[in-house]
Amino acid sequence: MTVFRPAQRILRKLPRENAFYFFTSIGNYTGISADSLEEFVKRILEVNVKSLEFHLNRGDFEKWAEETLEDRILADEIKKLQQSKPIGNDLRDNLYLIVSKRHERLKKPAPRTPPKQEFAWKTETTTKQKTA
Amino acid sequence: MKIRSKTITLDELDWNILQLLQSNAKQTFTEMGRKLDVAHSTIYERIKKMEEYGIIKKYTVSVDLEKIGKRYITAFMTIFTDPKESEAVAKKLSEMREVVEVDTSLSEELLIITKVVAEDQEKLHSFIANKVVSLPGVLRIRTSIVTKKFKESGFPIKVSKPK
Repeated sequence: MTVFRPAQRILRKLPRENAFYFFTSIGNYTGISADSLEEFVKRILEVNVKSLEFHLNRGDFEKWAEETLEDRILADEIKKLQQSKPIGNDLRDNLYLIVSKRHERLKKPAPRTPPKQEFAWKTETTTKQKTA
Repeated sequence: MKIRSKTITLDELDWNILQLLQSNAKQTFTEMGRKLDVAHSTIYERIKKMEEYGIIKKYTVSVDLEKIGKRYITAFMTIFTDPKESEAVAKKLSEMREVVEVDTSLSEELLIITKVVAEDQEKLHSFIANKVVSLPGVLRIRTSIVTKKFKESGFPIKVSKPK
């Protein structure tokens, strides 16, 4: 069963051990990291494109989105991108588009839900009881 | 062996004993005495003194893991650190099972050079990504995986031929 997390939880600032650390290859850390979805969007534009290729091919972005941010929707969108195997700036542009759009969507306030009918039902019961 | 104001000076026999121990620490005092043309009791006394004064720190074992079916890779990890945090980073690294050697070096930036072992490349990466990068003070990391080892030995001890 898919559990949809509230936007606030996905947008939270993460502890440093859960941040996303950008590598260019096995064991080679660029010094760039992101500790929130907002920062991740910015870093996509800054980091070496080799790093984006490295992580996309390994499925690291998808895994971080799903397991750390707990955003299944973003993880699915990144997975779709991974399947199309983009490279270079094409990859950067598409990844930025997906992640920034998702970030914008999550930042928007959720629509208000209509008030519950529980109070009206209780009133009706009370009226019936009185009649009896 | 001479001790003068906290400075220990080794003589030629001490150095020769160390060289023999470094090549094979299991040989007997008699064997060593024969090779160096001295009594086994002399060898015993010299070794005891060097142990007492901490010149000989420990006797260890070198295991050929491939022979027992344990495959592993070795990598050298150069960690660029914030100078204020580098001591703490080095200490944390020293506590990690995967790290077999930790050294610091001062070039243009403060570096920590470590030797790391892991079962495979994926486990090496996962170790670095999950345990090392998040240490406060780590700025960036460069890792080189060893493809072939040509030599491994301890400190080069000057050998003089026994008389």
